Amino acid sequence: MAKLTFKTDYCKGCGLCVDACPKKLLQLAKDKINKKRHHPAEITDEAACVGCASCAMMCPDCIIKVER
Amino acid sequence: MSNMADKVLMKGNEAIAEAAILAGCRHYFGYPITPQTEIAAYMAKKMPKIGGCFLQAESEIAAINMVYGVAATGKRVMTSSSSPGIALKSEGLSYLAGADLPAFIVNVQRGGPGLGGIQPSQSDYFQATRAGGHGDFRMIVLAPASVQEMADLTVKGFALADKYRMTAMVLADGTMGQMMEPVSLDFDIEPAPAKPWATVGTKLEREHNIVNSLFLKPEELEKFNFDRYERYKYIEENEAMYEEYLVDDADVVVAAFGIAARVARSAVNEARKQGIKVGMIRPITLWPFPKAPFEKAVKHAKAFVSVELSMGQMIEDVRLATSCKVPVTLCNRAGGMIPSPEQVLEAVKKAANGGAE
Amino acid sequence: MVVFDKPHALNDMPFHYCPGCTHGIIHRLVAEVLDELGIEGRTIGIAPVGCSVMAYDYFNCDMIEAAHGRAPAIATGVKRSDPENHVVFTYQGDGDLASIGMAETVHAAARNENITVIFVNNAIYGMTGGQMAPTSLPGQVTQTSPYGRDVNHCGYPIRVCEMLAQLEGPEYLERVTVNSVKNIRAAKKAIKKAFQNQLDGKGFSLVEVVSSCPTNWGMTPQAALKWIDDNMLPYYPLGVYKDRSAAKEETK
Repeated sequence: MAKLTFKTDYCKGCGLCVDACPKKLLQLAKDKINKKRHHPAEITDEAACVGCASCAMMCPDCIIKVER
Repeated sequence: MSNMADKVLMKGNEAIAEAAILAGCRHYFGYPITPQTEIAAYMAKKMPKIGGCFLQAESEIAAINMVYGVAATGKRVMTSSSSPGIALKSEGLSYLAGADLPAFIVNVQRGGPGLGGIQPSQSDYFQATRAGGHGDFRMIVLAPASVQEMADLTVKGFALADKYRMTAMVLADGTMGQMMEPVSLDFDIEPAPAKPWATVGTKLEREHNIVNSLFLKPEELEKFNFDRYERYKYIEENEAMYEEYLVDDADVVVAAFGIAARVARSAVNEARKQGIKVGMIRPITLWPFPKAPFEKAVKHAKAFVSVELSMGQMIEDVRLATSCKVPVTLCNRAGGMIPSPEQVLEAVKKAANGGAE
Repeated sequence: MVVFDKPHALNDMPFHYCPGCTHGIIHRLVAEVLDELGIEGRTIGIAPVGCSVMAYDYFNCDMIEAAHGRAPAIATGVKRSDPENHVVFTYQGDGDLASIGMAETVHAAARNENITVIFVNNAIYGMTGGQMAPTSLPGQVTQTSPYGRDVNHCGYPIRVCEMLAQLEGPEYLERVTVNSVKNIRAAKKAIKKAFQNQLDGKGFSLVEVVSSCPTNWGMTPQAALKWIDDNMLPYYPLGVYKDRSAAKEETK
């Protein structure tokens, strides 16, 4: 199990992390809007995350911290 | 001052190069152009032997940006060129001003516009004092009239550039560059001030320094311009340099700088022999323009004559400094020609006669 | 255990780049390399004119903002000011490096100036709103090539790595891209090598990063990454175009 921390207000909702996740555990939160007026990225099932950090590596805004 | 025994015979261009080295300049970047290439040649020979860096750049534009790079690290640095080359450097001069970087520039002027010629000229007066590049800024402009002054004003230029974090330029001409005269190189060099703003690496001990001229918020950009012009005002009040020659009782005052002042001095001497009360004000700084001696002289002088190797550029500053209270006439040659003492004498006589031949 | 976080050499200021713009990824890779090599404190970065003009705000190392295209000349000055201690990189886009600054690029390479150049090629002028770049592809529609780039009218895009590889001077030239995790890893490796070369005194090292511009290409960030594969890489093949030290090793 891994822990992902999102700097949510920095997210621009580009969705590149969503595509990068090999287990398809990320989504853009349709019900949330951040300070930048974007639907921010979030993890759907943290328990299933292996902490590969693909999402963080793909994120152009460096908002994801990954711990294992 | 040292005595004659300490003097060496040098070309003006070489005097600039040696004085720059004495002033602590260890980085020179330039691109060949007549009539100032002796400076580059001198640096190419000397710099490698004293741990300095001479590099021939691919263009004037690259050279001025190499200057910008060294200036950003806080070290004394220079480039030299001649008129068309200075035009190419004007982009960099503007960026240096916008980033408040000190640098020393030499323009050994030649005739223009365009490719012009390679003979001496003073037709970059506007370029140096008004239009060094885009945007609101000034450069300190120093105008030597002897090989000794080529050296003196080089040393002074580095000190002023550092003191005010701006560009100082020696505005010479082809004659001054090529002329040989005895020079004393016995200088007291002011060490460069501390430069906490320099980009030399944070060593992880401080916030990062940024050397920059981009300010997208107009309020911020305006503030930088206002602050800079406060500094310029201080310079205008404190750094103007000039020489007065027989001005005190003069009916006619000649204004001339650089090579033109040497010619004008002969004419003044000859006019005095003929009983004409004439004197000369020789601006040594062209910016800041020395207004004080003109404001004083206009109280007794009936006319001013601006002697220039151009179509009349400094004459505008003479008119401003005398508030157009008396006539100011132009005595000039252009395109690389030099006025003769006789031509200046005629202009002085005409001015003394209230404009009549 | 933290396995991934923002590198120290980047500060906390949010990037001004458009959503999905790969500048952020490339900034991060440079910063990670500064961290890993322990050189942030002696590095001076040079920002261009273009979208990454404000890169000076994001890096924690000392930064200089250059006139358009002049970064390699400024880098030359900074490096030669203190060659032993200064680590110098330029970060330039395609208009900056391959159009207005081509002379500075070519001559810095020819001198084997001991600097690191990060060249971001996204085939368009982003900051000014999507005009044709020196690297815009044949037929590519931009604001100033609205009918597609006509090579008979305005010539062909320039392959910078291939061109510079003809010079004796440069030490290392590699083209990478950042459109997938795998490619990002390879890009990081190249950038690290380009800095290590400078530390080893080997000379001019340029990494061309084929990049995207979703906004001015007029597509989603995802589609832009695919467009790199489908359109950019066939014209700009990835690979090492010059590696003098490696070539020397091989001939031993």
